[in-house]
Amino acid sequence: MNTTVVNTGTEGKTWGGGKDPLHASYGKMMMWFFIVSDALTFSAFLVAYGFSRFKFIDSWPIADEVFTHVPFMHGQDLPMIYVAIMTFILIMSSVTMVLAVDAGHHLNKQKVTIYMFLTIIGGMIFVGSQAWEWKTFITGEYGAVQTRSGNLLQFVDAEGHRVAISDFAIADHTDRAQHERKNGLWFTSEGSLPPFSVNEVVKGFEANENILIRTEVLNEKGQKTLLSRAESIKQLKSNGQLVVQGANLEVNEYGKPIFADFFFFITGFHGFHVLSGIILNIIIFFNVIVGTYERRKSYEMVEKVGLYWHFVDLVWVFVFTFFYLV
Amino acid sequence: MAHAQKLEIFRGALKFKSNTDKIWGVLILLSVITAIEVVLGIYKPSILMGHIAGMKVLNWIFIILTIVKAYYITWDFMHMRDEKAGLRNAVVWTAVFLISYLAFILLTEGGYIESVYSSGYITHDF
Repeated sequence: MNTTVVNTGTEGKTWGGGKDPLHASYGKMMMWFFIVSDALTFSAFLVAYGFSRFKFIDSWPIADEVFTHVPFMHGQDLPMIYVAIMTFILIMSSVTMVLAVDAGHHLNKQKVTIYMFLTIIGGMIFVGSQAWEWKTFITGEYGAVQTRSGNLLQFVDAEGHRVAISDFAIADHTDRAQHERKNGLWFTSEGSLPPFSVNEVVKGFEANENILIRTEVLNEKGQKTLLSRAESIKQLKSNGQLVVQGANLEVNEYGKPIFADFFFFITGFHGFHVLSGIILNIIIFFNVIVGTYERRKSYEMVEKVGLYWHFVDLVWVFVFTFFYLV
Repeated sequence: MAHAQKLEIFRGALKFKSNTDKIWGVLILLSVITAIEVVLGIYKPSILMGHIAGMKVLNWIFIILTIVKAYYITWDFMHMRDEKAGLRNAVVWTAVFLISYLAFILLTEGGYIESVYSSGYITHDF
């Protein structure tokens, strides 16, 4: 009757069952495996970004010219400073997290509480900063003109400083009204119209002798190519098609639209991870306060969310390099 | 905590008295690396603008420094240093192998498409 094999001959061996050969609990190991799969997802996104960048290797936007803003420092050109601060905030919150894990090993409830709280605050500051960065990126600063084949013409003065379109374009009367559901086809509508038409930009450009156009193409020094005055006017008149202000998923005043697409997608996906990390941290934080782990005599749960939180920091280190530095 | 923590970095060249000290030590290291990256990124020294293996020396430096940072975050913050070799290898080498494979394939392909674009198979405005 009894056909079940009860004796496998592996009892007592490392992998014979009933032991944990990797010295890690089931939960912790699954968190590691989740992290591996999530790391592959993120690297797929970053590699796809690299693919598009290699595709447009000599006309990719220069990050130093894109991310130049710092909150409360209006109008100053401070490349990378703010994103460096953001990176530091995230690394700092990683440190408080690992200190919480360490305090957990010593079953020190009070310290775990304080450090978890600081970690949550750090995460919130980071997400807030990222939202601000998005807002700045979406609003844009100078505006540009898009050409027929989707390239960009940006405006600079004689010294090579960027000039905003709103500073020189000559506003004109226009009959072009925004197409809304109530004044046109009811089943379709269009986004808000650009602040200026190409004709207004051309007029303003012709009236201002000292403005030049630079194209997206990078020269040997890694700077954007500057066109001569005659060339600029010709280019603007024959190819200019759309005035672009700021960045969204379709147009981007800083360079290739796909740069904006990847920026929104990758930093957005990372921001979503930070957000879910904050929520997990808050749950664990309250569990710590009510003493769940105190009664359990083990703070391993803190260690598990800690792993996730450090992973989010780890991903940011790579996003920082590939979006802002390289 | 099932097993003891190793309290040294740089292959034992730098030893710490406690785990907390080690955490602060690693924080200082990571901050210094980030500061170097930011300074290099702002000033972009022209001496580092030459190309090695198809990429700027500066960009190679950034990528290597990033991997160094990733190592210390994983090894000391995520306590990979204290895990069993089996778990460590299963996690690290799987990711390293698959990511380098993916990067190689896609970046090669991107470079190829760039060469198609730049050798005149599509029209340009300029």
